[in-house]
Amino acid sequence: MADLQKTPLFDLHVELGAKMVPFAGFEMPVQYPLGVMKEHLHTRSKAGLFDVSHMGQVILRGENIVADLEKLIPMNVGALAVGRQRYGFFTNEQGGILDDLMFANRDDHIFMVVNAARKDHDIAHLKKGLGEASVEVLEDRALLALQGLGAEDALAKFDNNCRDMRFMDVRDLKLCGAECWVSRSGYTGEDGYEISVPNGKAEELARALLSDDNVEAIGLGARDSLRLEAGLCLYGHDIDETTSPVEAGLVWAIQKSRRETGDFIGDVAIMKALKEGPVRKRVGLRPTGRAPMREGVVLFKSETSIDPIGSITSGGFGPSFGGPVAMGYVLNHFANEGAQVFGEQRGKRLPIDVVNLPFIPANFKR
Amino acid sequence: MKFTEEHEWLEKDEDTVSVGITEHASEALGDIVFVELPEIGTMVSKGDEIVVIESVKAASDIMAPIDGEIVEINEALIDAPSSINESPLDAWFFKIKPSDPTQFDSYLDEDAYTAIIS
Repeated sequence: MADLQKTPLFDLHVELGAKMVPFAGFEMPVQYPLGVMKEHLHTRSKAGLFDVSHMGQVILRGENIVADLEKLIPMNVGALAVGRQRYGFFTNEQGGILDDLMFANRDDHIFMVVNAARKDHDIAHLKKGLGEASVEVLEDRALLALQGLGAEDALAKFDNNCRDMRFMDVRDLKLCGAECWVSRSGYTGEDGYEISVPNGKAEELARALLSDDNVEAIGLGARDSLRLEAGLCLYGHDIDETTSPVEAGLVWAIQKSRRETGDFIGDVAIMKALKEGPVRKRVGLRPTGRAPMREGVVLFKSETSIDPIGSITSGGFGPSFGGPVAMGYVLNHFANEGAQVFGEQRGKRLPIDVVNLPFIPANFKR
Repeated sequence: MKFTEEHEWLEKDEDTVSVGITEHASEALGDIVFVELPEIGTMVSKGDEIVVIESVKAASDIMAPIDGEIVEINEALIDAPSSINESPLDAWFFKIKPSDPTQFDSYLDEDAYTAIIS
């Protein structure tokens, strides 16, 4: 793994006994000795600490940054209050999704977090699309996510000001003497925080958080099953350049004003899809048997039908749900709770119920 | 008890051979959440993929280590797949009535197996 990058927490992961795997050009912990199942359950019931330093942290500044950014993402950037964060995505001319992201209004700049695997792409896209604006990629900051029911209590030991933050609030907090940028957000469906911390203080902060009996280090394996149960999309799997936000069920992230006025890349295609409705939709898929069904499983309307009606884009075992869970795309006709479809696995057609997402309701502090 | 290089264990009972996976395999697979067993009465050949195991990470197969007939399956594993992780050497998957008893003897003893995994 010589060519892989390491996050500032690499030595800590190894010391904790993590199994390291290559992920998006980084050597990342997929699981710790606790194992995926227990890590997942611990996060929901207590608190889990994730190293997400592989993700891209970007600062955008410029006189016309709001208007310029609104060309690249169909979100209402201008209406985002100082100290607030939103979910968003870059779109292409066909109305597909180039990456999904979080962006925050930090008064004199916009702070954006993008997916690790799309970082280089996104930065080039921002530099090209934003013209005069400054696109500063932060290589000197790590990113930690503290997630779960006990996240607030665990973080409040360092700075009580985290308590009255609401979901998607962004604030500067001093943690272990480090200037941290903290948002009340995450990608597990649980309450929690994402903490941008200077590289030099990342390990100290992580160790301090982990010294709390309620906080365990959690790997990418559990991160994936947590977000899947929460019905959240994984870029490159559930959404990509060929999926529109309309069929992905992400229209909620496009504020009403933007749906009406357009003026963003892909506006024609997305407004058309909004008007006409999508051909296929992303849905929750619950295999009725015990066998997990994973990405790539092709879906059919019956045990004998020939034409596929969709496929699974993410799937596995849901530890909190207590059974197999999946999501994927099905033709519109099948995209309603209660519809039954069949997934072909190891030469057999196994029944799957179409269900509404999420599998586990979100615990955000709204 | 004998061991295969595919990290299965075999134990000879009176006229049958029980088959499971080793601790090493169980740890590598991670938390097991699903097991699909062969049907009793199936004639299997050495190398046939006859058990499907799904862990939180991925699906994998267990091969028949010897030729013979499946005479018993451990249905308790279907309801409690996690018992495999808890005690892999107790969690037998199936019992084979061997058609060639010498195949059993060709596998590794414990020392030889320990050597290949260390």
